[in-house]
Amino acid sequence: MSIESTHSHDNDAHPAAPGDHHDHKPTGFFNRWLFTTNHKDIGTLYLVFALIMFFIGGGMAMVIRAELFMPGLQLVEPDFFNQMTTMHALVMVFGAVMPAWVGFANWMIPLMIGAPDMALPRMNNWSFWILPFAFTMLLSTLFMDSGGPAAGWTLYPPLSLQGGQSFAFVVFAIHMMGISSIMGSINVIATILNMRAPGMTLLRMPLFVWTWLITAYLLIAVMPVLAGAVTMLLTDHFFGTSFFNAAGGGDPVMFQHIFWFFGHPEVYIMILPAFGVVSEIIPTFARKPLFGYAAMVFATASIAFLSFIVWAHHMFTVGMPLMGELFFMYATMLIAVPTGVKVFNWVSTMWKGSMTFETPMLFAIGFVVLFTIGGLSGLMLAIASVDLQYHDTYFVVAHFHYVLVPGAVFALMAGTYYWLPKWTGHMYSETWGKIHFWVSTISVNILFFPQHYLGLAGMPRRIPDYSTQFADFNMISSIGGFIFGASQLIFVGVIVHCVYKSRKAAQGLVWEGGKGLEWTLSSPPPYHSFNTPPLIDPTTISHPEEAH
Amino acid sequence: MVRTDQAERQPSHTKLVRRLVLIAIGMFGFGFAMWPLYNVFCDLTGLGGRGVKVVENAGELEVSDRQIKIRFDATVNSALPWVFQPKEKAMVVSLGEMSEALYLAMNVADEPLTGRATYNVTPPEASLYFVKTECFCFTEQVLLANESREMPVYYFIQPDLPEHIKEITLSYTFYLDDNTSSVAQASSSDQ
Repeated sequence: MSIESTHSHDNDAHPAAPGDHHDHKPTGFFNRWLFTTNHKDIGTLYLVFALIMFFIGGGMAMVIRAELFMPGLQLVEPDFFNQMTTMHALVMVFGAVMPAWVGFANWMIPLMIGAPDMALPRMNNWSFWILPFAFTMLLSTLFMDSGGPAAGWTLYPPLSLQGGQSFAFVVFAIHMMGISSIMGSINVIATILNMRAPGMTLLRMPLFVWTWLITAYLLIAVMPVLAGAVTMLLTDHFFGTSFFNAAGGGDPVMFQHIFWFFGHPEVYIMILPAFGVVSEIIPTFARKPLFGYAAMVFATASIAFLSFIVWAHHMFTVGMPLMGELFFMYATMLIAVPTGVKVFNWVSTMWKGSMTFETPMLFAIGFVVLFTIGGLSGLMLAIASVDLQYHDTYFVVAHFHYVLVPGAVFALMAGTYYWLPKWTGHMYSETWGKIHFWVSTISVNILFFPQHYLGLAGMPRRIPDYSTQFADFNMISSIGGFIFGASQLIFVGVIVHCVYKSRKAAQGLVWEGGKGLEWTLSSPPPYHSFNTPPLIDPTTISHPEEAH
Repeated sequence: MVRTDQAERQPSHTKLVRRLVLIAIGMFGFGFAMWPLYNVFCDLTGLGGRGVKVVENAGELEVSDRQIKIRFDATVNSALPWVFQPKEKAMVVSLGEMSEALYLAMNVADEPLTGRATYNVTPPEASLYFVKTECFCFTEQVLLANESREMPVYYFIQPDLPEHIKEITLSYTFYLDDNTSSVAQASSSDQ
């Protein structure tokens, strides 16, 4: 078909983009932000919300590390400590990392596929504005008589059912987050499947779009399962059902199965978009096309598929039959194959590239190295026979923090630095960005690396006190934690400076090696972009075939 | 051509969104379906140690000369102030032989309490060959203040028990039955 003719069609045929005819932003603060249906505004709202939650959750982490600075109980009551570990996880997972990725999806997916906006702009507004209410409700439990949830973010019964009345608030907050994520995902899928510019075939899409498409399907498949699980906890707690109550014929182990059927895909929900962002950044700064584009797409899809059949590796110690342990062990180890393909492709993309090391590239390389460390400790945990020793120790804490902090969070920072000039039209301070990277990278290792040793030596997680033999490593880890926490203030400083103070204007093509539709627009892009679908050719797709 | 392109595009949002919402609702239902599915799965495979068969009348049994050791274990949930233990910690039985195990339960509280026992067989695979004809765990048990009682279990092990199983543990846990306890208390305070 002729690309030209579709490309020049008239704007009014696009009811999905409100206010097509004028490029004016709505006036007034409330009109602009409360009622906005613009994907760029909603993306910004998501990102600002996620940054605030990142600091609230980070504050809780500081309380945890301060208490663990020395053996003995110094600062907080054990019950409050438990509330901190639980809330830290809930806030970081559902409040920081997931909304941040939805923010990136909102900003970038329409720009990357040449769509005028998200497919369902009003639902988009709603799915964001549910979140502040959900988190107000969740955080308010800390000020209630019965305190916040304190049984760990996994909410295992019977412990989680021994909390007080505030438990209902936690459950409803999780319901609201779930509804928000599901609506966000439906929007992403509808946008990607229905609104691509003519000529933007599926296998020409940027990898960030691909990873988000797969993530959105994961979200739709598992968030409702979590909603079901917490609903069952709610009725067990308040209405006398016995889903998980052994006295009434229920089974607490069943909760663990249901929870981790959600929980394992959930960890890929947090990391797949990170894979996407890194796959965009590395080719830009290596000035080479991404090595193995199709392999990357299939690796992402296989990781997503495998994530549904490995859940019980989180519960090797519940007394599974040997065959079960073996199945979940081998299935888990299989995930290392597509993940290995990805790491290989990133390294191959850099191989013989003309690399420069601007801040986004530094964070992306930091991601590849440190995420791989987290992946390796994950392989160790996958071995059922040795997991009996590692289970519920600080080794597990070290593992998932390596994949989530220098993994998902570093990718978020890489993406922020990469697209911040595009979003704001100003360059951020490269010097301060680099300082932020180096301080964060060094301190994150001081923070989490010693926790491997603590775990191997037997220090249990979620306990406010420890045996004196663990004192030195805990003190080192806490010092790393304080530096890492403080270094995030640099991040905020760089962003605020870039948005309000920076005088250096950004070009449309911010990075010399940048490929893809977002770079064909001005920086910042017009409030309504791609009202006319762009022309798709090898120069505007982000991952053209490598010349052989 | 442009118009038809657009006309095709818009309705497909509704169709796609409807399909995705249905997936989400279906997965919400799937979470709940896990409850019956899990129980059926555990009963069929014996996983979880709950595959024990219950028969009213054992009929004629073929007693094999192979013998096996059965261990008895007892636990009480902390919410229930009972003392609960097996009369004998272990016994050796022949496969196919009808046997009786006795547990002893005593209510040390000054009020009548209702308990309900759950059971578990280890190794789980063995639960598929464990047959009970009568057990105190089939019904709720009411013990008056300071009452003690012997609670019997009648069972046999099917002779086709796999060779590699040398020993079986039968474990019970007594829980406070909240709903009926409050009824029992209410009726006792009426008197």
